[in-house]
Amino acid sequence: MQVSMTVNGEEVTREIEGRLLLVHFLRDVLGLTGTHWGCDTSNCGTCVVWLDGRPVKSCTVLAAMAGGHEVRTVEGLAQNGELDPVQRGFMECHGLQCGFCTPGMMMTARALLNENPDPSPDEIREAISGQICRCTGYATIVRSVRWAAAYEADQRADADQPAEPAATTGGAP
Amino acid sequence: MTTVGDRKPAGFEDNDQHPVGHGRMLRKEDPRFVRGRGNYVDDVQLPGMLHLAILRAPVAHARLVSIDTTAAEAHPKVKAVVTGATLETLNLAWMPTLSNDVQAVLVTDKVRFQGQEVAFVVAEDRYAARDALELIDVEYDVLDPVIDVRRALEDAAPVIRDDLEGKTDNHCFDWETGDAAATEAVFAKADVVVSQDIVYPRVHPAPMETCGAVADFDPVEGRLTLWSTTQAPHAHRTLYAIVAGLPEHKIRVISPDIGGGFGNKVPIYPGYVCAVVGSIVTGKPVKWMEDRSENLVSTGFARDYVMRGEIAATRDGRILGIRTHVLADHGAFNGTAAPVKYPAGFFGVFTGSYDLEAAYCHMTAVYTNKAPGGVAYACSFRITEAVYLVERIVDCLAAELAMDPVELRLKNFIKPEQFPYTTKTGWVYDSGNYEPTMRKAMDLAGYEDLRREQAEKRARGELMGIGVSFFTEAVGAGPRKHMDILGLGMADGCELRVHPTGKAVVRLSVQSQGQGHETTFAQIVGEELGIPPADVDVVHGDTDNTPFGLGTYGSRSTPVSGGAAALVARKVRDKARIVASGMLEVSADDLVWDKGSFHVAGDPSTAVTIQDIAMRAHGAGDLPEGYEGALEAQITYNPPNLTYPHGAYICVVDVDPGTAQVKVRRFVAVDDCGTRINPMIIEGQIHGGLTDGVGMALMEIVAFDEDGNCLGGSLMDYLLPTAMEVPDWETGFTVTPSPHHPIGAKGVGESATVGSPPAIVNAVVDALAPFGVRHADMPLTPSRVWDAMRGQARPPI
Repeated sequence: MQVSMTVNGEEVTREIEGRLLLVHFLRDVLGLTGTHWGCDTSNCGTCVVWLDGRPVKSCTVLAAMAGGHEVRTVEGLAQNGELDPVQRGFMECHGLQCGFCTPGMMMTARALLNENPDPSPDEIREAISGQICRCTGYATIVRSVRWAAAYEADQRADADQPAEPAATTGGAP
Repeated sequence: MTTVGDRKPAGFEDNDQHPVGHGRMLRKEDPRFVRGRGNYVDDVQLPGMLHLAILRAPVAHARLVSIDTTAAEAHPKVKAVVTGATLETLNLAWMPTLSNDVQAVLVTDKVRFQGQEVAFVVAEDRYAARDALELIDVEYDVLDPVIDVRRALEDAAPVIRDDLEGKTDNHCFDWETGDAAATEAVFAKADVVVSQDIVYPRVHPAPMETCGAVADFDPVEGRLTLWSTTQAPHAHRTLYAIVAGLPEHKIRVISPDIGGGFGNKVPIYPGYVCAVVGSIVTGKPVKWMEDRSENLVSTGFARDYVMRGEIAATRDGRILGIRTHVLADHGAFNGTAAPVKYPAGFFGVFTGSYDLEAAYCHMTAVYTNKAPGGVAYACSFRITEAVYLVERIVDCLAAELAMDPVELRLKNFIKPEQFPYTTKTGWVYDSGNYEPTMRKAMDLAGYEDLRREQAEKRARGELMGIGVSFFTEAVGAGPRKHMDILGLGMADGCELRVHPTGKAVVRLSVQSQGQGHETTFAQIVGEELGIPPADVDVVHGDTDNTPFGLGTYGSRSTPVSGGAAALVARKVRDKARIVASGMLEVSADDLVWDKGSFHVAGDPSTAVTIQDIAMRAHGAGDLPEGYEGALEAQITYNPPNLTYPHGAYICVVDVDPGTAQVKVRRFVAVDDCGTRINPMIIEGQIHGGLTDGVGMALMEIVAFDEDGNCLGGSLMDYLLPTAMEVPDWETGFTVTPSPHHPIGAKGVGESATVGSPPAIVNAVVDALAPFGVRHADMPLTPSRVWDAMRGQARPPI
């Protein structure tokens, strides 16, 4: 069967078997290997991507079901070459070790921050509770998401401030 | 020398902008991981690549009557179907294990555990390969299985390993350490003897990435390239050469990014061999990735020790001796991945952190109809079991003596002036200063306040528990005269090349599975050579491009390879001194090293930097007599001893009296791993291990029913901790350098996995003290805690 969807902003159309899972479509057909596979039972969450802006476990979605919808993966998290604050937060706060669960964790974290720009540690823990990390013990992931939230709060505050006069920032570039 | 670090906000102990050498530094590998640009085995995609799937036995013990592969072979997308009979014709049906046993690659005679490999299919895609498995018709003659480890040696027990010449029982090995007579003598004179049956159940490392391989055999060149989830690429290459008869120089093992190992990726599994055979028979690259159930039911499990611990002491709490008997379940094949002279791994450190008069252990290991393995899950070669035993039994003694468990430990610690300390089982602890570490943990936890809070809560009928553990680990195998894997000595090579512009590449024999080697080793070299870690590229995980060595497991990377990296950098520095002496026209002895440059003694203005020297060493100008040029060195580091990190852990739990649910409210971990290279990475390793501890203590078990069906074969049944089960970890540290390690560092990657389970169990038992509970076995699930509260605690197996 033929399936068409938008992946990271690009229209893709491919001929597939009806039973093909979205995770395998992304990885094996489109070569987007940033999304991982870790279990068969929707427990581990290494395969989390966005379907129309909501995190889903792509091992439990048929590629055909994503037809006509918008999918976003970790490869589509950075915008115009600029890392998402969540990606920066994970680097700054050591929110990853082996990196295998990281793409799924970051997709969930980004979706959380879109809905709740200032989540508490408990809210972050609940958001990622369907995902397993064997390396970090989660505390640094919580810190990473908090880092991104704080960074974005700073950005918003800066945007609200009127531009300072050039004189106070020094003359030479 | 011990310094006690101040506790600053977690994760920010050091200068993030540290320009050279040790200190907190963001990881060099992260930019690719956060972009989804890691390169794991399953990401390898080769032109014309085929996919392999393995048919596994549905029963635990059965004679293979027949296999009919006709229908599978007729599947239009199938390229090959291979059975044990096919492998027999290639002399590949059996392979050696890492413990000098043999294991079937594919079953030829008899199934010996549920999930064992029976046949494999190579097909055009993953789905077709799985489809074809369904078309293979196997007839089994089902036999009684041996499941209860306590009954494995009964006369009536079916013999599992009838493949072994003359084998008439399920005995695997017996092992002992210490002095039985001396221990008997101290037990005879003791005021108090406490004895406790303690089970460390079978668990599984379950890394997020399962095991797999891509094999690409080039029949023209006779060359095999194998991308593989391995923690030990060089050791694997040598074993493939021995097993498959391929010349070693024609084998290249590449271990790319690895999605967690925890010991699960040390052994060679039948699947890897199948992938190689699949590529040879089809002439195409072949990918094999196991699914989660295959990972849980067939690859290296951990623990499975049924122990009896006995401790002897004076009435005032002086511990005299510890004695233990262990019944070890090794599964159907002895696939233990440990140094061959250590069949019980390093369990001999069960004497813990205490100054004893005598100790003795006797162990009997048996075969059962379960998956092989035993040494895995960040266990430091069975130190998890040893530390659990001693820290549980010491708590049992504290309860018997009505003594505070911390007080009992403080009273019996090996004293700083006793190091190096030789234990009663012959281990030479290199350095340690235990009391400051214990006291630091007590300060961080607010130990006295916690005990007061507990007393108040107990008075109200609330169940709060405080658990303590104190561990000493032995990590960093070799030295090679004592430690080898199938004859391969446990030493590690390192090569360092400084390019003309002063940038460098260091090549390691160890392999990261998330530990951050690309950062840490750049820091080690940067510290020694005085160049920024950003200027040092770290190459690892590719046998064609790295020196020989035994790989990453048992917390050995920093103790062994870290030593190699420091020494090879010093070797390069010595060469740089010669070049600098020519540049400055003075004797090399007159030069002073100032982290990154040499200058003439007394005149810093003469400084030449390592970058200047590197250019000179590669340049057209004259070099000192006898200096051939370039700036590089290689080394093999054979460590003189293991390193012995230690730590003090305090856990606070609340048990719901209505549901018996255990909540880990707080966990304080103070670790001492000697010199700290990157505190951020160390903290991360500790956090991960503490989470393992919560999993093992409260949730995880690979159990079997009486027919040998594995009851932990998916993540629905084998429960791993999520962010909801673990607290916000509280960490601290002390620093007692290793006296023999080149930079004073000790291994740390497994410390928390080793040290945390007893702290959690001790806390739960402490919470249940009002019910008269002295011991309850892991996993402390609500139903098992509920039973314990009602005086019906039972072993999990």
